[in-house]
Amino acid sequence: MDSLTTPLLTGAATGAILLIAALGLALTFGQMGVINMAHGEFLMAGAYAAYLTQQVIGNADVSILVALPVAFVVAGMLGLLLELFIISRMYHRPLDTLLVTVGVGLILQQAAKDVFGAQGDPVSSPGWLDGSIGVFGYNWPYRGLFTIVLALLALGALAAVLKYTSFGRQIRATVQNRDLAETLGISTKRVDRMTFFIGSGLAGVGGVAVALISGTFPTLGTAYIIPAFLVVVAGGLGQLKGTVIAAFAVGILTQYLTSWFSGSMAQVLVFALVVIFLQVKPQGLFTVRTRGLA
Amino acid sequence: MSTSTSAASRIKPWLPLLGIALLALALLVIAPAMLSPFRLNNLGKYCCWAIVAVGIGLAWGRGGMLVMGQGVFFGIGGYAMAMHLKLEAAGPGQVPDFMQLYGDGSMPWWWEPFRSPVITIAAIILVPALVAGLLGFAIFKRRVKGAYFAILTQALAVVFATLLIATIKQTGGFNGLNNFPSFFGYSLYDPVNKKMVYLIAAGLLIVCLVIVWQINRSRFGELLVATRDAEERVRFLGHDPANIKLIAFVIAAVMASVGGAMFAPIAGIISPSDVDAAASILFIAGVALGGRAGLFGPALGALAVGYGQSTLSERFPNEWTYFQGALFVVVILLIPGGLSSVLKRFRKDVARQTTELRGLTVTEPPTEVKVHG
Amino acid sequence: MRNSRRRLLAGTAAVLTAALALTACGSSSDEAGSAKSCVDTSGDTVKLGFLNSTSGAMAISEQTVRDSLTLAAEEINADGGILGKQIKIVEEDGASDPALFAEKIGKLITSDCVAATFGGWTSASRKAMLPVVEANNGLLFYPVQYEGLEASKNIYYTGATTNQQIIPAMDFLKSKGVKTLFLAGSDYVFPRTANKIIKQYAKELGIKIVGEEYVPLDKDDWSTQVAKIVQAKPDFVFNTINGSSNVGFIKAYYEQGLSPKTSPIISVSIAEEEAPAMGKDVTGQFAAWNYFQSVKSPENDTFIKAFQDKYGKDRPTSDPMEAAYTSLYLYKAMVEKAESFDVDAINKVSDGVTFDAPEGTVTVDGDNHHIAKTGLIGQINADNQFDVVWSSDEPIEPDPFLKGYSWWNPSAE
Repeated sequence: MDSLTTPLLTGAATGAILLIAALGLALTFGQMGVINMAHGEFLMAGAYAAYLTQQVIGNADVSILVALPVAFVVAGMLGLLLELFIISRMYHRPLDTLLVTVGVGLILQQAAKDVFGAQGDPVSSPGWLDGSIGVFGYNWPYRGLFTIVLALLALGALAAVLKYTSFGRQIRATVQNRDLAETLGISTKRVDRMTFFIGSGLAGVGGVAVALISGTFPTLGTAYIIPAFLVVVAGGLGQLKGTVIAAFAVGILTQYLTSWFSGSMAQVLVFALVVIFLQVKPQGLFTVRTRGLA
Repeated sequence: MSTSTSAASRIKPWLPLLGIALLALALLVIAPAMLSPFRLNNLGKYCCWAIVAVGIGLAWGRGGMLVMGQGVFFGIGGYAMAMHLKLEAAGPGQVPDFMQLYGDGSMPWWWEPFRSPVITIAAIILVPALVAGLLGFAIFKRRVKGAYFAILTQALAVVFATLLIATIKQTGGFNGLNNFPSFFGYSLYDPVNKKMVYLIAAGLLIVCLVIVWQINRSRFGELLVATRDAEERVRFLGHDPANIKLIAFVIAAVMASVGGAMFAPIAGIISPSDVDAAASILFIAGVALGGRAGLFGPALGALAVGYGQSTLSERFPNEWTYFQGALFVVVILLIPGGLSSVLKRFRKDVARQTTELRGLTVTEPPTEVKVHG
Repeated sequence: MRNSRRRLLAGTAAVLTAALALTACGSSSDEAGSAKSCVDTSGDTVKLGFLNSTSGAMAISEQTVRDSLTLAAEEINADGGILGKQIKIVEEDGASDPALFAEKIGKLITSDCVAATFGGWTSASRKAMLPVVEANNGLLFYPVQYEGLEASKNIYYTGATTNQQIIPAMDFLKSKGVKTLFLAGSDYVFPRTANKIIKQYAKELGIKIVGEEYVPLDKDDWSTQVAKIVQAKPDFVFNTINGSSNVGFIKAYYEQGLSPKTSPIISVSIAEEEAPAMGKDVTGQFAAWNYFQSVKSPENDTFIKAFQDKYGKDRPTSDPMEAAYTSLYLYKAMVEKAESFDVDAINKVSDGVTFDAPEGTVTVDGDNHHIAKTGLIGQINADNQFDVVWSSDEPIEPDPFLKGYSWWNPSAE
């Protein structure tokens, strides 16, 4: 029983982090066709924001709650700068933005090494996250639950913004038909910038969740970026529900495969399954039919 | 074109050959005469990376497919060669040393064929072709987005390295395969044989350049560039873009494998860190620097990046990473055509060039788009 | 005409670039490459090469080794040098890349003509350097504990081999009356090899292995594996995880309700520097090393003081740093015994060379080139220092191939 249920629960927590990381990616990829390989480093920036917040505030119980908005803004600002100075100059060259952001990621990693040192810095869990609840013989840590709640909150907030605010409507209009949106008087440039801010900010929030698992270190983002991309690829673009389903599917599947085989084999098999899945659904789970994207 | 005489236009197609000949002269004659064995061996390593780069130039520069996982094919070739060299060192019927140390002394069945030099060389060419063929078929035929392709190739590199690290008894794991005393019977401790291995690597680089030069001149080369720039139109013309991309991807994979196969005896080691995602990215750095779509750009860029890694990283270890990052940002943002495009801009027709560039921004690589020949 | 000139220009430019690169390569004065040594000690200096990763993933660990090597070199120089010759350091960066280690050690030996090299951290880097240093009959001093099963006449191993770290750790567990043991490690060579030894010795000692889990080096999520530890309820957990993955393991361990009271951990890669970076209070957990900063000896006091005076009061000293520091002094002792910098002359006399190291007196074994070291078990206290709770009492003779252990069967699973 335990070996059947435990990976479900650990996998849900893994999936939650993948979801937060992938939401931002799917957003910017879906809207602008931009693949941001520095997204993992925004995750890392969020983790360091959590670390620094803890240094300033001291009290771990409070600091983690303060760290969430701080990490959102820090990573969001990094995204905004990236958009402003680099990406806005090279729309229509999606593959090139991919490479440029690889370069940006390298620079951010090295900068983190120079500023904070290559050795990891600890982030203490708040007292109210200590402990666990027993579920079928598995001591499910509150931290896992917290991650899932965090992911669902982020998802809910994003969905609400997209659905109910005028800014959200502008984003959706831009995704579906950029030219038409422009003729309606929407400043797509401004919309792009804000989308990038939000997408990157979400990575920062994910970084806080990661910091609770592994502390902070400069290469922290690299372990999450590829799985997050696989989630985006499998989930399809334009609809959040695809990303949600894919994130939890990948997370839970990874933990089952880890439990049955090994962590290394799990990575191999998840990749193979995504490629096979693309044979059935080349566009991912869900996709929005648009005229803008060929 | 309007001013070109008939004589010049007859010579023109052969000028790249002159460039190749000069490069051959530099690599095969001048370098061995001038460089110490140590420096020559390093140059040999750069040549192996340059062979990979030539393939990337074809797939990415000409074909528009961003291949971010060439480390996988580099690794297939490198490990195939290394397995043969390990078996050669072990002797007939014997098992490589690390299997006795880390395993139970038995050898996995799939090592056995690599005792044969012929099968090894065949594997270096056929296995990457097969892997690239399968992956390419799965992706191109289903018309998966180009960006997805790039991400999946990088994911493949991550998975490949993880798999290698975890299979200690079969592949040496994190330590990789190393300590090759001989190369097809020739002792690698003998400087003369070391030089011979270098010459083979440099020679293979020249061969790859000639192959790509011929491909670029051929009808297939034209179709490849056309597919990059307007895939739908190529489809309307009755060609299957998937097949065209597939062929270019397979050729690039085989070249990467050949580069890896020569890397193993020259570097004396092949390990997961030579083939992982980070290594795969570094392969692209040289291509971007030199100029992705030209014939010489990728190779010369890779030689320069290899040289830079050896020398700059010594003096400025931290700055080297910044430099690598900045290289991607600056080159791709500002001079997407690489350094070779800068050289061209010295020419008078700057204006024409820029209009060409501007006109191109709708397609992916805004570089030399004109099909010559 | 225009087009033809363009091609010609491009071609010429290409060749020019190549030629430039080549002259740049060639202009550095260097020679040799054969096994004939080019070391020149006729002046009043001797060149030594330090090869550590100062960039890449391993930089954080290897920089500490570089620091203590530099300290040792300065001390020796201030004390009159080796055979009266001042050490001139040639530094190289291995950049955490084994192939680059192979390249750089070749450069150090054949073109910088250093008398000996010091460095390396991962086994991959050592394995990559081994053929190069053997082919050129050079010398390498390797300062890190490792998985054993190796000996080279051109390498001196000043860190522990398995019978000086893993086996003492098992003896300690036996003395604690441990009945069940869970193995957790990173998925690569050292943990796999260490666990092979642990499993065979455990059978001999009557300790039952109740689980064995591995996670890839770059993964931090240990929740599923730790759940298996909770299920297995082992008396002890043997931790062979490497690097940042330790943090994820330790966090998951405490989160799921484990503690030193239920299933304590004994680690072989958590030292003074790592303990405070775990994000959890790890007081009460154990580690097996041959040196702790807390070791009481005049030599260690001097070492710690000199190190902290140079690099800062907050810098801890740890086992690999001490082993690197010791390696340079051992080299000095060997050279002075041989009265020569020649590798063959050094190898002839190296057996029995001793040094009163911070960890205690160490002695070189001339056969396998490892050194006799005392095995220690430390328990982490509230200051993230280690209280020594167990000791092998006297130096353990190095036995990299475990020939002296009848239970060891290398070809068994």
